[in-house]
Amino acid sequence: MTATNGSPLLAIRGVKTYYGNIIALKGVDVDVHPGEIVTLIGANGAGKSTLMMTVFGSPQAREGRITYQGQDITRMPPHEIARLRIAQSPEGRRIFPRMTVLENLQMGASLDGLKYFDEDAEKMFVLFPRLKERLNQRGGTLSGGEQQMLAIARALMARPKLLMLDEPSLGLAPLIVKQIFDAIRELNRTQGLTVFLVEQNAYHALKLAHRAYVMVNGVITMTGSGRELLENPEVRAAYLEGGRH
Amino acid sequence: MEIFVQQLINGITLGSIYGLIAIGYTMVFGIIGMVNFSHGDVFMVSAFFALIFFLVLTQWLGVSSVIVALIIVMVISMILTGLLSWAIERIAYRPLRGSFRLAPLISAIGMSIVLSNFIQVAQGPRNKPTPPMVRDVYTLWDANGYAVTLSLKQIIIIAVTIILLAAFWYLVQKTPLGRAQRACEQDRKMAGLLGINVDRTISLTFVMGAALAAVAGTLFLMYYGVVHFADGFAPGIMAFTAAVLGGIGSLPGAVLGGLLIGLIETLWGQYVSADYKNVAAFSILVVVLIFMPQGILGRPEVEKV
Ligand SMILES: Nc1ncnc2c1ncn2[C@@H]1O[C@H](COP(=O)(O)OP(=O)(O)O)[C@@H](O)[C@H]1O
Ligand SMILES: [Mg+2]
Repeated sequence: MTATNGSPLLAIRGVKTYYGNIIALKGVDVDVHPGEIVTLIGANGAGKSTLMMTVFGSPQAREGRITYQGQDITRMPPHEIARLRIAQSPEGRRIFPRMTVLENLQMGASLDGLKYFDEDAEKMFVLFPRLKERLNQRGGTLSGGEQQMLAIARALMARPKLLMLDEPSLGLAPLIVKQIFDAIRELNRTQGLTVFLVEQNAYHALKLAHRAYVMVNGVITMTGSGRELLENPEVRAAYLEGGRH
Repeated sequence: MEIFVQQLINGITLGSIYGLIAIGYTMVFGIIGMVNFSHGDVFMVSAFFALIFFLVLTQWLGVSSVIVALIIVMVISMILTGLLSWAIERIAYRPLRGSFRLAPLISAIGMSIVLSNFIQVAQGPRNKPTPPMVRDVYTLWDANGYAVTLSLKQIIIIAVTIILLAAFWYLVQKTPLGRAQRACEQDRKMAGLLGINVDRTISLTFVMGAALAAVAGTLFLMYYGVVHFADGFAPGIMAFTAAVLGGIGSLPGAVLGGLLIGLIETLWGQYVSADYKNVAAFSILVVVLIFMPQGILGRPEVEKV
């Protein structure tokens, strides 16, 4: 399935991002269409996280253009980009360590001033029952898996149209990875949530995604449907073989 | 014994004022990791606002109730001092954010000099007195020819401090603004990703710290009956020491540190030497920084993400 007709929800065009004088993204083009799960895979240091953060304007792209629903967001500050209902579970999860699970979720719902908080929190507890058990525990004391669930739930509390996830499977036990990927699939299928997923765990990501991109050293080197890339010998050699899945 | 109890009462009064100022240091440090050296002078300016508006209200506008006048004066001073601090942050600190670490610090020292020199020029170099505001004094007990007293001023200072701290605690712990503030303190970048306007939250932190300093300034003026352009320095140092002693970044720590410093200052003045109060405070600052840099209620740095 490669339904890429119509205008993209997120369009990244020729984006170059630098850290000081060091270039991290060397002209990246990526499209994410409404209702799609798109994954970006690549080795450590390829620039995946940088791309996620560049979409949020932190750091800003030095060249190129990022549009969301046709609106240019390249120079917007992060908090205004969040207001367009793009939510991110960033690299490292970035749970507020000295806030409780409840407060972390409340932070996720900041945009609507907690108007839908109770209703939405209930949905999160269905998705991740563990969070309900840990409600008054400080974020910093959660296990890695729980923190990941909280990071995703916190992002979802913003009622996003586009959910961006940076390596949600990193460091987690296979069972929890499955649980998280099932949740993503479910949200996409039932609510049409658009997902942009960065992964090193290429096997699961490619199986989940409608479309995929491969990034090497700040450049997109390959793109296709999830299945195409899963069967591609180069991808298999570089990201799948070695038996990590 | 009587003298000791009396100094305890005096120390808690003074400590309340220090605690209110110390919160401004600790909050700003918590959110942007900067020691706001101009905060003591902002406190001093707030006492001048209080003085000016107290005179305007009582002498020109004929407000006869001192308590009413004090409440109005406190609110006006909180607003004006909040605006002043907002402007200072915008002009002197925000443009330097992301610059090298010492830049905002140097700018803050500059701001401190600007404020005290401006007041010196505008208000003169001498002590500015107010007419006595609140005179009632209650004798608690009288023994060995020494009367332990509690003045209405002291009751007002302690009561106002408790009420404000409670309100402030509620604001920080339970409201969206307080939550946003704590979020920015723990991970500014993440707070931005969640739609929090980080710059605005930092501004409001300065405003809140300044408003509490203005409460302290009004109480200080009422307590001593005079204010002087250099009055930002010593209380500023004392309050900063209080914030460090309590654990910089910690709100309860700032209050606890304020009380301790107030007590140490008065007891030192009584039993050791009235002339070397600031030396005592500086010594504590140095000792704390060397042996207990995280303070009494501060958290060890490792918890920082
Ligand atoms: N904050 C930073 N400052 C400087 N260089 C960085 C920073 N973050 C990432 N980089 C560099 O940018 C490149 C891409 O990193 P990153 O986007 O984290 O890759 P990935 O997420 O694919 O592992 C790497 O070479 C990394 O060292
Ligand atoms: Mg990464």
